[in-house]
Amino acid sequence: MAIEEEDVRKIAKLARLDLGPEEIKLFQSQLVKILDSMAELSALDTDKVPPTNSVLGAVNRLREDEPKPFGEPERLLDNAPEREGPYFKVPKVIE
Amino acid sequence: MKQYEMVVGLEVHVQLGTKTKLFCSCPTGAFGAVANTHVCPVCTGQPGVLPVLNRAAVELAFRAALSLECELAEVSIFARKNYFYPDLPKAYQISQYEQPFATRGRLEFALKDGSSKSVGIHRIHMEEDAGKLLHAIGSEELDHSLVDFNRGGTPLIEIVSEPEIRGSEEAYAYLNALKAVLQFAGVSRCDMEKGEMRCDANISVREKGETRFGVRSEIKNLNSFKNVRDALEFEFRRQVEAVEAGQRLIQETRLWDAARQATFSMRSKEEAHDYRYFPDPDLLPLAAEAEWISRVKSGLPEGPVARRSRLIKDFRLSSYDCEVLTSDRALADYFEAAAASSGAESAKTLANLMTTELLGRINAERVEIADVPIAAPHLGRLAALVDKGVLSSKLAKDVFAKMWETRRAAEDLVAELGLSQVSDEGQVKLWVEEAIKANARAAEDVKAGKDRAIGAIVGAVMKLSKGKANPALVNRLIKEALGC
Repeated sequence: MAIEEEDVRKIAKLARLDLGPEEIKLFQSQLVKILDSMAELSALDTDKVPPTNSVLGAVNRLREDEPKPFGEPERLLDNAPEREGPYFKVPKVIE
Repeated sequence: MKQYEMVVGLEVHVQLGTKTKLFCSCPTGAFGAVANTHVCPVCTGQPGVLPVLNRAAVELAFRAALSLECELAEVSIFARKNYFYPDLPKAYQISQYEQPFATRGRLEFALKDGSSKSVGIHRIHMEEDAGKLLHAIGSEELDHSLVDFNRGGTPLIEIVSEPEIRGSEEAYAYLNALKAVLQFAGVSRCDMEKGEMRCDANISVREKGETRFGVRSEIKNLNSFKNVRDALEFEFRRQVEAVEAGQRLIQETRLWDAARQATFSMRSKEEAHDYRYFPDPDLLPLAAEAEWISRVKSGLPEGPVARRSRLIKDFRLSSYDCEVLTSDRALADYFEAAAASSGAESAKTLANLMTTELLGRINAERVEIADVPIAAPHLGRLAALVDKGVLSSKLAKDVFAKMWETRRAAEDLVAELGLSQVSDEGQVKLWVEEAIKANARAAEDVKAGKDRAIGAIVGAVMKLSKGKANPALVNRLIKEALGC
């Protein structure tokens, strides 16, 4: 299966990875191998096999709608690289 | 010029009225709270946490689907929608993609001309809300952005209509009908100002008679139903002008700017999104088991259409009155609570007071029905006082205003202010005689058969009695005095 450098760049961009030219070549060859392995699976006839969404076999694990405040939001803010007052602080984003 | 038609599909996000978030036990309803006080490790995406689905959220979502006549999927799947944005702490949103919980429903509603329209519901899926970004504090633009995750993880459903809406008025009517259905089913309060109901619109144009679709644009930032209507009108004109000028439209996302009454292209969004959806391995499939669904169905409150028919039947109200009273569940509940104390025989007077005085005040002062200072039973008794002849409808308006200001019962105010209608014949006769003397010309006209001239004399009696004379009695006594 063909994967071009352009595809690797796009995937890297989606994953917010900054890859150098050498790395792009490296991952290109690795991704080709991964897709080739997947192609082997594609050779199987799966027309009558339902898609696997979960391997556990169980459904409907639900929780009752009862509020249980975490109580320590400060600890979450302290985990952030930067904060300002009660906010998480991030580089400017404007759509 | 050729004739064009507008083709619209609406995507409506509705916040489910649960006490807790979709996948964690953080309380919802943090609108206006201090930032990041309704958060926990799950909804801030800390490493190693697991989501657990909220039963009440699922049941409210099922209610919405049942109210919109959807087919419920036997099994639906939660999927990860992957993208990086600071309002999304996990870098993916838990949503539903290939297997949403509901498909193929419909919503029927009345249009202004009285005709009925049915719009298909393509699908409904459940998802969690993102956090809120702050780019400015007041008017001061920040050189960074701030994130508040209080809203993050709030349960939403997205209701996607078929592209079967054919104009801005239809879109407006669809949204009002949708809101009523969801409110009546107890799915959501749909308070747009709190972001509990949000709408994106897909719109394209085509020549009348054409069956293929034109190139659509998706309009975002529509904060009110009025914005939706205005934006669709603007976008329709823009697209028609472009087509007429021979330009090629591009599929794009556009933002509505209410201040400038125009849509603008969001260039940053033109780069096609690649969300790489896949089933979330942290969540089990959701099975709509028959027994569970029938339990949800039996707990479903009466919908607006059924409620309307019942009000017409039980209270002998006009269909217009019932249309207004059932436009909002809180309003319909208020009416029924008030009617319980007015008695069914005063329901018409009560409905009049509500559609004129009450809704007038509510709209003028922009208050919620829940915050109306007049308790429903109090308004019911005001209507009863009118029907018993204690108050004229003019005096009822004055008492209504006092009730709104003081929160007190109608009877107390009537007694205290001496407002009750005067039906004492002797007293009214004195006013009538005085009024006839002062309006000799009008009296002659009435005698000569000009019935309308009686208005001047009635007006004079009302002035003398400070509005308290019983109008029916006044009319009768004037006619008697003038021998007609």
